[in-house]
Amino acid sequence: MLQVIRADGDFDPKVEPDLSHEDLLKMHRYMLTVRRLNEKGMSLQRQGRIGFFMESTGQEACQIGMSYTLTPIDWAFPSYRDPGTCLVRGVPLSALFDQMMGNSADEAKGRQMPVHWGFSKWKIVSLSSPIAAKLPHAVGVAYAAKFRGEKSVVLASLGEGATSQGEFHAAMNFAGVYKTPVVFFCENNQYAISLPTRRQTASESIAIKAEAYGFEGVQIDGNDILAVYKATKSAVDKARSGGGPSLIEAITYRIGGHSTSDDASVYRSAEEVELWKRRDPITRFTAYLMKKGIISDQENKKFIEQIDAEMSAVVKEREKIPPPAASTLFTDVYSEMPWHLREEAEEFMRDEGENGPQGEAYEKEPGSF
Amino acid sequence: MTTSNIVQTVNETLRTEMRRNGNVVLLGEDIGKDGGVFRATAGLQNEFGQQRVIDTPIAEEGIIGMAIGMAMNGLEPVVEIQFLDFIYPGFNQIVSELAKLRYRSGGHFPAHVVIRAPSGGGIRGGLYHSQSTEAYFTHTPGLFVATPSTPTDTMGLMRTAMRGSDPVMFLEPKRIYRTVKEELPADEEFTIPFGKAKVLKEGTGVTLVSWGAMVHTCKAAVELASKENVSVELIDMRTLMPFDIETILASVRKTGRVVIAHEATKVSGFGGEIAAQIAERAIDSLQAPIVRLGGFDAPFPYALENTYLPSPERILRAIRKAASY
Repeated sequence: MLQVIRADGDFDPKVEPDLSHEDLLKMHRYMLTVRRLNEKGMSLQRQGRIGFFMESTGQEACQIGMSYTLTPIDWAFPSYRDPGTCLVRGVPLSALFDQMMGNSADEAKGRQMPVHWGFSKWKIVSLSSPIAAKLPHAVGVAYAAKFRGEKSVVLASLGEGATSQGEFHAAMNFAGVYKTPVVFFCENNQYAISLPTRRQTASESIAIKAEAYGFEGVQIDGNDILAVYKATKSAVDKARSGGGPSLIEAITYRIGGHSTSDDASVYRSAEEVELWKRRDPITRFTAYLMKKGIISDQENKKFIEQIDAEMSAVVKEREKIPPPAASTLFTDVYSEMPWHLREEAEEFMRDEGENGPQGEAYEKEPGSF
Repeated sequence: MTTSNIVQTVNETLRTEMRRNGNVVLLGEDIGKDGGVFRATAGLQNEFGQQRVIDTPIAEEGIIGMAIGMAMNGLEPVVEIQFLDFIYPGFNQIVSELAKLRYRSGGHFPAHVVIRAPSGGGIRGGLYHSQSTEAYFTHTPGLFVATPSTPTDTMGLMRTAMRGSDPVMFLEPKRIYRTVKEELPADEEFTIPFGKAKVLKEGTGVTLVSWGAMVHTCKAAVELASKENVSVELIDMRTLMPFDIETILASVRKTGRVVIAHEATKVSGFGGEIAAQIAERAIDSLQAPIVRLGGFDAPFPYALENTYLPSPERILRAIRKAASY
């Protein structure tokens, strides 16, 4: 299993990837931002200010490390536990909160549950809830790029649970057959909601599955951002130069529950969670940066304060944005509204108007969200 | 005068559209060298190469899923599903992905994929080469559903599907792939808009609504009825989503009596939607209960397929029932 930084922050200089101090600091800042975003998301949901949230605490190294290898011409299919991928691609924090709040500034017009990221300008395709469904899309996007002779690469992220789906098999198989420039990045966080990896598959690893499809699979330490970066960079470079697909399995851990509707204490022990908290990817990377003299304790604290302040300001600002207008219920179903939908829209708008179902009566209805 | 049957028309339409538009690619099982099990893509790989006419592994979720990704990134894929009955491994891709992408991305990632699938029974295909399951797709917002019954309509509707930007389920009536022949319009700009039904025969006594291969069975029933002096107006829907309610209503206001005949099983079939629309909009014009006729509400059989499918005689009985009420 590839590892660059050991748990105590010590490292092997022979395998360190080629990254400037500026890059390392940027990666660190992204990880801290994601950690804070997770805390914020949980708290906003608990206060009823957003409807739902899914934490990715403990998986920051995966999100940031894998995405840091991409260039603007590349595509990303992040999972709901990859807000960091959006940040690294350049999506502003405000747009992530617009998505989570489902407000009228959200490019998906508030149609998706929180953490279902989609940012077209950054080639991040709006994701759906059914697991693994996007993986064949990644292969298709990559096929189209190759078809036109472009050099772009597609990075598709998945959990280990997704590897049980037929669409995972189809995507891997098609990617192998057509040798498309796609990198499958599996964040093996050891639980698919409640099911542990050993009950998900009898394979000795997720990485080994790639062999059956005719391409390379590697297993890496997913809590080591430099291992993540290094392995993904190598897979991305290979895809870009015509070498075809790869599968990366990053061993990590989901510190929180599956979602705000989950209670993980039902199916795993507190001791296990504590053990993995001691393997925290941010603690490890901070120790590494300090050992290399890139950041001081003082500077690190200042970083966190800055991120806190920025995020609070963003939340305050984005909460002022009104929800989408009722008329957006009816648009974007087709390129043009068919008559039957137009009829429904016109009748509804005539009876209830733009503010329609967001009126007080709806909010007071017992049992409504 | 050269005439073409439906499957030749599919081939010709794909060929001419691929010549017009370099972004069109075809994907499916055995569609390349083999030309498809019905030969709908015969010769196309020779002309356009393996990169544009793509033989795929046997996995409908992979075929449709990959096509969706291609469409996100600028290609315009036309998928062949070997038989509509084989589409279900790809159902999640159609219902959760293809149909919802435009909506869920706020209009930023529409996926223009056309899915062709031979539909319907009557070829000794048993349970899994015979079904008409158009209602699964009309019940999913975001999909269009086209069901041609003639070569000309096949050409016109397929061009509309391929030149548009919405996902289309293009259900081809395989029983009559080779039996219906006609001269095709020469005009390359000839198209048939979606949502426009066609009155195949005017009549005054009973309105008969149908689509796909069943239209031709209905034609025979209309002949039988005329011998009994019942004048039937026959309407071919041509597309089920969007559907043309105005043409039906105009006819119902004239006849006051309606029979809807389709191959699909009756309960929750699209005929139910048409009946409900008529009831909502023109119940005052009705002089008799609406009669629906479909495949029986049982799986599609092998040995008794001609008994299972609505026959001209069964349709005639339905027409009599409506006319004599």
